[in-house]
Amino acid sequence: MSEQATQTGAATPMVEMRGVNKWYGDFHVLRDIDLTVSRGERIVICGPSGSGKSTLIRCINHLEEHQQGEIVVGGVPLTQDVKRIEQIRRSVGMVFQHFNLFPHLTVLENCCLSPMWVQKKPRREAEAQAMQYLERVQIAEQARKYPGQLSGGQQQRVAIARSLCMHPEVMLFDEPTSALDPEMIKEVLDVMVELAREGMTMLCVTHEMGFAKTVADRVIFMDQGQIIEENAPEPFFNDPQSERTRLFLSQILGH
Amino acid sequence: MTIRHEMIPERPAPIRTVGPIAWLRANLFSGPVNTLFTLVGLYLLYVLLAPTIQWAFINADWVGTSRDDCSREGACWVFVNARLGQFIYGLYPGSEIWRVNTVFASFAALIAWLAIPRLPAKRWVAIATLLAFPVFAYVMLYGGYFGLRVVETHRWGGLMLTLILAVVGMVAALPIGILLALGRRSQMPIVKSFCVVFIEFWRGVPLITILFMASVMLPLFMPTGVSVDRLLRALIGITLFQSAYMAEVIRGGLQAIPRGQEEAAAALGMNYWMRMGLIVLPQALKMMIPGIVNTFISLFKDTTLVMIIGLFDLLGIVQAALSDSRWLGFALEGYVFAAFMFWVFCFSMSRYSQYLERKLHTGHKR
Repeated sequence: MSEQATQTGAATPMVEMRGVNKWYGDFHVLRDIDLTVSRGERIVICGPSGSGKSTLIRCINHLEEHQQGEIVVGGVPLTQDVKRIEQIRRSVGMVFQHFNLFPHLTVLENCCLSPMWVQKKPRREAEAQAMQYLERVQIAEQARKYPGQLSGGQQQRVAIARSLCMHPEVMLFDEPTSALDPEMIKEVLDVMVELAREGMTMLCVTHEMGFAKTVADRVIFMDQGQIIEENAPEPFFNDPQSERTRLFLSQILGH
Repeated sequence: MTIRHEMIPERPAPIRTVGPIAWLRANLFSGPVNTLFTLVGLYLLYVLLAPTIQWAFINADWVGTSRDDCSREGACWVFVNARLGQFIYGLYPGSEIWRVNTVFASFAALIAWLAIPRLPAKRWVAIATLLAFPVFAYVMLYGGYFGLRVVETHRWGGLMLTLILAVVGMVAALPIGILLALGRRSQMPIVKSFCVVFIEFWRGVPLITILFMASVMLPLFMPTGVSVDRLLRALIGITLFQSAYMAEVIRGGLQAIPRGQEEAAAALGMNYWMRMGLIVLPQALKMMIPGIVNTFISLFKDTTLVMIIGLFDLLGIVQAALSDSRWLGFALEGYVFAAFMFWVFCFSMSRYSQYLERKLHTGHKR
């Protein structure tokens, strides 16, 4: 557990998963997942494609439904109840691989929509706050443009700002840089690093091992729907315990 | 090895590839075959168009009161002129026609307000058009309030009736269609099967059958003494029929929206109606404008079918006028006039939809 988390001394963990199992039809995607994320902790999840890492974080805000086990987010157990799911989603921000900005709305409207409709903020307040976050991701000058007019890196930064406008307690990143051209990856990672420095609780599915080394408190390696290895970044990269982890690391770091 | 030290500045395109003469050469006379097609096309245009113009304009009679004023060999527009009042208002009493005109004018004003982008307060005008205007139109047209004389619906006809059928059909079918489309995609089995059955039933039955059923069968099921107005029955039939078609058009649009859009909205804490109303539907409807307008246009023309249950829409009343013994033999003029009126309305809808598409396009090819 990170020092910061113990200092803030939050009694309840931010995210707690106990014995979570999920199937797509007959296919067993998540197998006996146990994971506790404290407040302020930064977790990087990696693994080969199809290993269930995206599914795992998508279960946390119920974009995917788990069939067995228990998920508790910020002290609230995740059930079938729609009201409760919406309550949890308000405190969980998510950034997607393909940005998923709303193409029919301007950048500013993208950021104001949910604060205005879900949190019932007046337009002026929502816009002022949106501009503040857009400035933080250094894209305020594009606020009146439509997402289609921005580059991939810019769109992803807008997506991060849009999530932050809801004041989430935890942020989920689902391969945020995988759809980007190489020269745009850094601008998005810089924003994520800054976010991590400010103490945001983060779960990132990513293959950016540099990012993992810089900010992660823990790195989790998944394969075939299960957590294979979980460790602080330094021992994880320098001294992986499992054969699978070693093979995976040699494949992605090897060239 | 190549190294470029200075970037090449932009230059204008060579003069011979732009301008009207270059356009003519590239598109109409680029080679012997193309030139031949152009010349044949021009000749056909001349052969077909010249007599039409001769008949409709040059040799036509325009002014007069009876068939004796039509002495030339062209079209006799005197007939249309003399019957224009009936073609537009049906058998609406002459002293009350100002009421229809008021409704027409205020509807045109509201639509213009909504259609012209610069005018403010769109939301309130839209609400007024959808909620207040129908009540106003009903009171004005039917009467019975504020000392207005009651005009029974069997006296309504002509263009007025066509517009009422089409506008009510469109305005009522769109929201019902949206709900049916959402319902058909619902996770709830009862809602879903209700919508599927509803859509497939109404879509599988010809409109004529529905109109016949509405006018012949419905009264059999009604308790004695209760009678539903014939126009109202036709309106309900047209609306339900149309909403089933609309639902399928909109469902196509809903399916084209990537799942990520709804997921992103859900991840931001929005509930179902917000996700649909703010994110999915605006995009789907925008994408479906051509399909929706296509359905509107076919509805507009399908309103002519009410003729068979004894309502006199524009085409019906033109046809009735043709059998007037004082005006026998002017069928061509009557039908051309009716066709022209339908064409004007349908063409305007089509043009406006194209304009709307361009305006709403926010440069997002995903």
